Amino acid sequence: MALLQIAEPGQSEAPHQHKLAVGIDLGTTNSLVASVKSGEAVTIPDLDGEYLLPSVVRYMPCGNHLVGSEARSYAASDPDNTIISVKRLMGRGVADLKTLGDEAPYQFDASSGGMPFIKTVAGNKSPVQVSADILANLVGRAEEALGGELVGAVITVPAYFDDAQRQATKDAAKIADIKVLRLLNEPTAAAVAYGLDQGKEGVVAVYDLGGGTFDISILRLNKGVFEVLSTGGDSALGGDDLDLALAEWISQELAIEVSDNSISRYLMEKAKSIKEQLSLLDEAVVSVDLSGDSRSLTVTRELFDSLIKPLVKRTIRACKRTLKDAAVEPSDVLEVVMVGGSTRVPLVREEVEQFFARKPHIDIDPDQVVAVGASIQADVLAGNKPDSDMLLLDVIPLSLGLETMGGLTEKVIHRNTSIPVARAQEFTTYQDGQTAMSIHVVQGERELVQDCRSLAQFVLRGIPPMAAGAAKIRVTFQVDADGLLGVHAKELASGVESSIQVKPSYGLGDAEIAEMLKASYLNAAEDKDARALREQQVDADRLIVSLREALVADGRQLLSDDEYSDLESEIEKLVVLRNGSDLVAIERGVAALSKASDEYAARRMDYNIQKALQGHSVDEIGESK
Amino acid sequence: MDINKNYFEFIGLPVSFHIDQSALADRSRELQKTLHPDRYAHLSEREQRMAVQYMSFLNEGVATLRSPLLRAQYLLQLNGIDTMSESSTPIDPMFLMQQMELREQLEDIPEQDEPFEELESLQAEVSQMLVAFREQFAQQYQSDAFEKAAETVRKMQFLEKLIVEIERLEDRLDG
Repeated sequence: MALLQIAEPGQSEAPHQHKLAVGIDLGTTNSLVASVKSGEAVTIPDLDGEYLLPSVVRYMPCGNHLVGSEARSYAASDPDNTIISVKRLMGRGVADLKTLGDEAPYQFDASSGGMPFIKTVAGNKSPVQVSADILANLVGRAEEALGGELVGAVITVPAYFDDAQRQATKDAAKIADIKVLRLLNEPTAAAVAYGLDQGKEGVVAVYDLGGGTFDISILRLNKGVFEVLSTGGDSALGGDDLDLALAEWISQELAIEVSDNSISRYLMEKAKSIKEQLSLLDEAVVSVDLSGDSRSLTVTRELFDSLIKPLVKRTIRACKRTLKDAAVEPSDVLEVVMVGGSTRVPLVREEVEQFFARKPHIDIDPDQVVAVGASIQADVLAGNKPDSDMLLLDVIPLSLGLETMGGLTEKVIHRNTSIPVARAQEFTTYQDGQTAMSIHVVQGERELVQDCRSLAQFVLRGIPPMAAGAAKIRVTFQVDADGLLGVHAKELASGVESSIQVKPSYGLGDAEIAEMLKASYLNAAEDKDARALREQQVDADRLIVSLREALVADGRQLLSDDEYSDLESEIEKLVVLRNGSDLVAIERGVAALSKASDEYAARRMDYNIQKALQGHSVDEIGESK
Repeated sequence: MDINKNYFEFIGLPVSFHIDQSALADRSRELQKTLHPDRYAHLSEREQRMAVQYMSFLNEGVATLRSPLLRAQYLLQLNGIDTMSESSTPIDPMFLMQQMELREQLEDIPEQDEPFEELESLQAEVSQMLVAFREQFAQQYQSDAFEKAAETVRKMQFLEKLIVEIERLEDRLDG
């Protein structure tokens, strides 16, 4: 019998214990969660054995909600309260909704920040909240299956997601109480699932045909760096359109009058089933039973192919355009990865293979491949593989800049810059005695502000009155590894400093997030204080564990005996506090220990840099390379 | 953040205009592996914050050293000469005349019979001038003639901008 390990209080995590982390594919139509178990990345099914969780949430008058296929079954009967395809609304303003057309049939209520709230019987719900409910469902599933609390998750986003959309995704995770280890681009995740990050250098194309969207991404793998060269696609073309083409043909052949929604849904389901059969067989029989009138029809693969060919050709034309954007020829593409359930359709595979003149990767289930890749990255980021060489370096997908005089944009960070990055640019006043400056942060490649996406706007006040052009305002853009932006403005000439934390225009304010967090405690009927205490303890544990690991690794080398024992006793102090229940005391203890160990952390960084460079000293380079 | 080293020292390369690009790539990769915030994702916030700062510094350093113009400007900055923010420094009138002619030539290209060939030959001409200025800069910098080197950098700035405009026109004609 295996012995159970009982950790001493305060040593809740032994340094080399396997930490539970997941990868989450938060999709438009379906979502999935995966994790690395005993060295193998697997998707986690629900209790019914289903891997795919339909990205649908239904809100009910009692305040409860349903997620997944149960919610989806109400999509037709209760459309106002059953939210589908919420991903299309993430990070979007009310003004953007018009462009979505009939996609979003809900009743909207514009909040102060310009973020659309969906009116439901359970109150107004932001797209962020809806996504949080989907995330919470997946995390619940994972924690049950893995038997423990997760240390964090890698959540995937489309490569073309801008700052506002990424921020909205991160906010959703925050509301669902998930630590985001990293936001990862979906095509990068798919490439990782196939281990392409370990392979040859070159161009990788990721062809992603989902239920309702088509994305093509061209990536370049260069010495461990995955760079997104270009993305393209069609946000209104997917597997559902293939079903529709077949459903229309069936209704014509059998002279069925599609008089209401239920008939059209019935035919769509029939078509979907035929499509799936034709992925394996050369022909399939469809039997239609409408009000006692039962008829059947044989559909051959050849016929189906001819029906969907125009749609598949549309995706190939998008591939062609996207390759051109990347300045890459089809023959330059080294690997092609297939993502999304609709890539099971044989004609899709054939056309893709023909266009790129090479066999696409199809071995991993195309519905699961993104989640699988994300879980591999999550496993590394959770610290389970200290020796792993895997490092996915990302670039910023769209340039970041500021509005200058005349509605022009001044780019501060150009697209395809490696992240994280910080860059400062100086600006000046244009009027004598000007004491404030409006700073408008935009994202996009176009020269005119109106053609770019507005991310944030704020005013720097308290500039001392000076002649025009005399003030120097330094604006610093900082982009973190997830591609999220912070902007900081400072007036230099006078030494007056004013820094502002920017939130995207369409994101949620901190107060709104706090409000939602409060609401989520209430919903879960969980004691708010207990949760806050738990969070604080997790923070303390993280600091204690990382310092203990550090002391074992290099404490004796980098610290004097006195420093070493001082730090040890500081750690013990926090351990004592952490095991108590005084929230404020733990918070102070974390701050105190952080401060006490700042110098050591800095020495470790420098030491690691030296170690990294020692690998090749100047004279060694010539020999080893 | 207390990073006292300059980009060359930080990345472990000799302070010079001539850079071994493959050594730069190798070393920056080694440092990325050590410094990337992903390496600290499971540790405390302080470690992650430091990693973001160091990694940002590294990325900025690599971008600076990779580009000949940014590298030249940075070398001058290390010697107390700022060529990045000034705007009204007098420039050799002969050089300016030549620049105006090149720009006129560029503007006329869309009306030419063979615009892409014209564009290509203009691009080749400008690139060649740029290479010559880079060599000139390297010599001036080597012999501590920083003021002269700064003049060369200003000329390089003009030509780099012209290259960007040529590429833009190429895109426009293409699309």
